Amino acid sequence: MTHLEQLPPSVALIIAAFVALGSILTLIGALGLIRLGNFYDRLHAPTLATSWGAGGILLGSVMMFSTLGSRLVVPELFLGLMMLVTTPVTLMVLGRAALHRDRAEGRAPYDTLPLSKK
Amino acid sequence: MSMIPHPVVSILVTILWMVLTGFSTGQLVLGVLVGLIAGVGYGRLATDRVRLRRPGMMLRLAGRVALDIIQSNYNVAALILHDRRRHRRKSGFVRIPLDLTNRNALATLAIIVTSTPGTAWIDLDPDDNHLLLHVFDLKDEDDWAHTIKTRYEPLLMEIFR
Amino acid sequence: MTPALILAWVLLLSQVCLVSALVLASMRAIRGPRAQDRVTGLDTMYVCAMLLMVVTGMRQGTHFLFEAALVIGTLGFVATTAMAKFLLRGEVIE
Repeated sequence: MTHLEQLPPSVALIIAAFVALGSILTLIGALGLIRLGNFYDRLHAPTLATSWGAGGILLGSVMMFSTLGSRLVVPELFLGLMMLVTTPVTLMVLGRAALHRDRAEGRAPYDTLPLSKK
Repeated sequence: MSMIPHPVVSILVTILWMVLTGFSTGQLVLGVLVGLIAGVGYGRLATDRVRLRRPGMMLRLAGRVALDIIQSNYNVAALILHDRRRHRRKSGFVRIPLDLTNRNALATLAIIVTSTPGTAWIDLDPDDNHLLLHVFDLKDEDDWAHTIKTRYEPLLMEIFR
Repeated sequence: MTPALILAWVLLLSQVCLVSALVLASMRAIRGPRAQDRVTGLDTMYVCAMLLMVVTGMRQGTHFLFEAALVIGTLGFVATTAMAKFLLRGEVIE
């Protein structure tokens, strides 16, 4: 008897739904990273993976190990919280870096110019 | 300076330590030690104290953000999958004048905006406090300015007053 | 088909999805065209690898791989931020 069979059927189905949602969203995010045309559009793709992509998988993991060990297992929630707080920092710095580099080369998108220079 | 410069940070780090390593007396002692050191370290890094008011407002903000993240996850995923067929999607930058000046409130707004798929915080102009936002599916510029100004900014102003 | 079997298949397919996402992100990291695209690709690779660890741990029923996921997540954040800072200013520590 594997550990998966020890789960109550309804819990197993809920975990399956969460994990499926999370991994499909992560895949769509990575697909967007490849398909989208310019850098600023691509900056949005990883947020799919880090918001509900990670959230779904981590919630599934919390439910699975909490049910198996019959006690609340919370480290995953910490990991999810960490992702929620750290991803914006990286993406923000990346966005600023990209704009900075584009400006330095004189090919920044027109609508990014400060009002005074328009 | 007292022995415990930032009690909230120290307690949070101690709880985190206990959650990650397990609950025992030895780990509690170690956790408290790490928490105290973290408090001192935080005091060196942070310039101004964070004053949080209105826990009810914070809960409302968290709920609102969670709903928005779910909805925009769906929108962005659908847009990525249909990108080739529909070329009408136009992305672009929006400039939004902000009334928020508290640094911690601005940091929170940055986290909210960036972790919502479909909007990315690019820059904050320090001269006139204008936020430069990149929007994935730009239908109406004023609509986005309206969203930020009415949905998040008043709550943040109340919380970080 | 029992729920346990469905869950087993979902976990396997989820691993396949995450590995595909990892490959797609690495393609972006290799292809570029600019440095910021490569860093975004690397960041997504870190996230996918972390989630892959969590799912693998779920399939095997152990909680040990979670620590690996934690380390990957932390290192990914520090590494990406350092690289992005480097792109922004040309130096990491000011």
